[in-house]
Amino acid sequence: MKNILILGAGTAGTMMANKLYKALNPKEWKVSIVDRDEQHYYQPGFLFIPFGIYQPEDVVKPKADFIPKGVDFHIAEIDKIKSERSEVALTDGRTLPYDILVVATGTVPVPEETEGLKGKLWYKDIFDFYTYEGTTHLAEKLKDWKGGKLVINLAETIIKCPVAPLEFAFLADAYFTDKGMRDKVEISYVTPLSGAFTKPKATAMLSKLLSEKGINVIPDFYLEKVDEDRKVLVSYDELEVPFDLLVSVPVNMGDELIERSNMGDEDGLNFVPTDKETLKSKNFDNVFVIGDATNVPASKAGSVAHFEGEILIENILSYINGQPLEAKFDGHSNCFIETGFGKASLIDFNYDTEPLPGVYPWPVVGPMGLLKVTRANHYGKLMFKWVYWHMLLTGKKLPVSGHMSMAGKVTA
Amino acid sequence: MDTTTMNGQQIEVNEEGYMKDPAQWTKEWANQIAAEHEITLTDKHFEVLNWLREKQAEGVSLNIRKVGKSGIVDIKQFYALFPGGPLKVSSKIAGIPKPVSCV
Repeated sequence: MKNILILGAGTAGTMMANKLYKALNPKEWKVSIVDRDEQHYYQPGFLFIPFGIYQPEDVVKPKADFIPKGVDFHIAEIDKIKSERSEVALTDGRTLPYDILVVATGTVPVPEETEGLKGKLWYKDIFDFYTYEGTTHLAEKLKDWKGGKLVINLAETIIKCPVAPLEFAFLADAYFTDKGMRDKVEISYVTPLSGAFTKPKATAMLSKLLSEKGINVIPDFYLEKVDEDRKVLVSYDELEVPFDLLVSVPVNMGDELIERSNMGDEDGLNFVPTDKETLKSKNFDNVFVIGDATNVPASKAGSVAHFEGEILIENILSYINGQPLEAKFDGHSNCFIETGFGKASLIDFNYDTEPLPGVYPWPVVGPMGLLKVTRANHYGKLMFKWVYWHMLLTGKKLPVSGHMSMAGKVTA
Repeated sequence: MDTTTMNGQQIEVNEEGYMKDPAQWTKEWANQIAAEHEITLTDKHFEVLNWLREKQAEGVSLNIRKVGKSGIVDIKQFYALFPGGPLKVSSKIAGIPKPVSCV
């Protein structure tokens, strides 16, 4: 009996547990998965909680509901990967051997990386919204906030779901407008990037939208520290941005176990060096990496994990059969961008093609407008929650292609 | 695509003035682009530029944090050497492509 071990039962890991269990002969392979947490969070839903659009209970379900019964599910803290011995040590003293390892340990916000972020103002005037704790505390704060300077800041360029902070800005504009207090709130979007987004066409479209909504963009601002007493953000080149309420996207890092296992990238962010096409670890033969845990130059997002999953299952099967890894991930990413007032936009891109305008052909639901703000995209985004729980996590085939398609895109 | 001439040599640059082929890089190029950004290059600048060129040649995707861990400068010193957008400015001077931030 051989062992395939998955570390992390988030979006990517759960999906791989389902795909591998279905594809492998249970007489030959035992599939196991380890996670420290019993609860699965629908992370795209965290964005909606501060504005009362989703309630906290809408985004949590037991992980065990999505893992096949024949898969061994260990709830345990992982100490380290001992790659030279092909085994994983758990902190409770147990050791899990593997023939093939799938690292799906994700990324976490680490506010401790920035001086003054997680100090006396944390969860008083400074909040994150990428964690269950952060987003639920922020929801409480917004309920009776009287207004002032709302600053949304990205501490680093590599973050999970790079459009979420923009969506937060758009939804905040709509939320305070609906409450009749938009004139009491000054919204600033402070980013280390040179503009609202990284790719030119999407940046142009999003910048226009931000300006129409009266949201100031402060680009090229690389956060050094937060001065807690004066309530200002300070950049490395000593620019300052004052705030009354700071919604922070802290530095994102891979799990600490990657550091303990000495498997991280050289920039010290604990992301695992991964072949961007085959998704095999660059340093270890029997290790594959998927989702936010990799260092591939694609978005850290559920859609990317899903598209990677279609490639990874093929490559793991090829690896088992001693064949070359021929399936290639193209960097495909696909995100709805909620823009407030019941509308949303949609972008679809990969390593080589930036988000383009046009239409996205989607069977069943019908075409969706790319780089356009439409009501249909908003319903697409809301419908995705159902798709996530019922299809994506359990590894079912979605009616969208794994590789990015140029159909419907306008290149001129 | 544009070209620019330096010491009689044709140098290919992109629409933002970044060198297309890092092999065409010379110290004269570095000094001239630095001057356009009102920077006078010192040995420390060149240490950073050489490190950037080396990493770029190895296929490493560069970001400010990585430069800060290079052992040559910390992030604060990097900003002091190349004011404004330090990675964008230093990459241009180093004759390597404009770094793309990952999305």
